[in-house]
Amino acid sequence: MSSVRTIFKREFAGYFATPLAAVYLVIFLALTGIFTFNMGALYESGQASLRPFFGYLPQLFLFLVPAIAMRIWAEERRLGTVELLMTLPVSVGEMVIGKFLAAWAFAGVALLLTTPLWLTVSYLGDPDHGVILTGYFGSLLMAGAFLAVGSCLSALTKNQVIAFVLCLIAFFALLLSGYPGFSELVPGWLPKVVVDALAYLSFLTHYEALQKGVIDLRDVFFFASVIVAALFINTLVLDWKKAD
Amino acid sequence: MEEPPLDPYIDAHGLRKEFGSILAVDGVDLVVRPGEVLGFLGPNGAGKSTTMKMVTGFLEPTAGTIRILGADMLADPRQAKRHIGYLPEGAPAWPDMTVAEFLAFIAEVRGFDRPAAARRTEELVELVHLGGVFHQTIETLSKGFKRRVGLAQAIYHDPPVLVLDEPTDGLDPNQKHEVRELIRRMGEKKAIVLSTHILEEVEAVCTRAVIINRGRTVFDGSPDELDAQAPTEVERNRLDWVFRHITTSDTAVAGDAA
Ligand SMILES: Nc1ncnc2c1ncn2[C@@H]1O[C@H](COP(=O)(O)OP(=O)(O)OP(=O)(O)O)[C@@H](O)[C@H]1O
Ligand SMILES: [Mg+2]
Repeated sequence: MSSVRTIFKREFAGYFATPLAAVYLVIFLALTGIFTFNMGALYESGQASLRPFFGYLPQLFLFLVPAIAMRIWAEERRLGTVELLMTLPVSVGEMVIGKFLAAWAFAGVALLLTTPLWLTVSYLGDPDHGVILTGYFGSLLMAGAFLAVGSCLSALTKNQVIAFVLCLIAFFALLLSGYPGFSELVPGWLPKVVVDALAYLSFLTHYEALQKGVIDLRDVFFFASVIVAALFINTLVLDWKKAD
Repeated sequence: MEEPPLDPYIDAHGLRKEFGSILAVDGVDLVVRPGEVLGFLGPNGAGKSTTMKMVTGFLEPTAGTIRILGADMLADPRQAKRHIGYLPEGAPAWPDMTVAEFLAFIAEVRGFDRPAAARRTEELVELVHLGGVFHQTIETLSKGFKRRVGLAQAIYHDPPVLVLDEPTDGLDPNQKHEVRELIRRMGEKKAIVLSTHILEEVEAVCTRAVIINRGRTVFDGSPDELDAQAPTEVERNRLDWVFRHITTSDTAVAGDAA
């Protein structure tokens, strides 16, 4: 397990080795700001909550999480450093976990930097802090699930742009079936149980459930299972694709 | 030379690797004992790098067995990999890291604590002359310096087994000389496999030469035995002559001198 720490440290530091991380964080903050204040009409809504922020976050994640996930393995494969890594006395599982945790921590930093929004609404009014806290918790879980899926997808290719597009498509699918209008989009002959199952599998369903101020363990379990399953598949994909 | 032969450090048999329909390596044995520096030769695409990738545990062989100091690479990869230092072809490294950061990472993975890592890094910086670029990021290094960083990484934990894929590629003549001296010195106690396209290197550092062609071993013997294959009238570049002779005629028989 100490190898996980070593891999994590290298990887996390790697995010900040170039100005890219700073650019990314600035874009993330600018967009959350725009969404929350302008489109989410934080002031006009007349009530102090971060509801607009958390409401737009899934759409933001749709584009911004792939930007983190795309490089996780694709870059390693392009540089050939995957060969270096995989001939060190470290298991594939440890590498996958270490790199995933680093990406997740980076996403955590991005979320942490949005807490001034929290301070702002606290200053303006009297928000329900419990709801905000579970909101952040749900956001972090959803980011982790996206990143695990994204890490797995980025192992499929050496090209970060392809990895980005794959993530975008997958994330879109993972969100779509959770939108209220989804049931009208599917063909009418689909049995209701299938439509419900699709909705259940959507990240959005579980994310929204966590925005209500109570943590339902079933939602936590859902995201945790997605993470574990995706990372497991990630190790298989790596073994399968590393030689190409 | 009368002593019984030592147990091999690298003991690989029947290595075979298929990439889809391409047969890259077709039944290669690689048995290397401590004290041996094995020059691994062959034309482009012969299967040298692929063999090395299997021996170091990056690629699983389609068939064959690999033992490194008794540890089975397929059953117990972690243990087997501990014994190996590996310089992959092209010396890959993370471009954004400085040499110092890169070696610190290797030290940590290899289980060095901080003081031990500091000592070892200092030694290596001296040994492969990295002092001038120690705090430079790897992407800003010239090809030769990049190769030296890769070499430092490979020998960091002073492993009993070294697998070096074209270690002197891109080095200037002075560095080539120094690296060869280093390899020769390390070869007294270690089992070393190095691939190269420079046949003078085989004469200079190797105790044994193996030539593969299209994934099969076509020669296995000492550099002298390799030299002896050339007719006496060939005066210059005799090894090149033998290499060409063996790897361009399909009639060459495996292991003439083995
Ligand atoms: N990932 C791969 N997928 C498909 N074919 C591959 C792959 N890697 C190697 N090969 C093929 O296997 C054969 C052996 O390649 P290898 O890299 O081992 O040669 P080499 O002896 O190291 O050559 P060189 O002297 O040019 O480095 C070549 O025909 C190569 O095209
Ligand atoms: Mg090669």
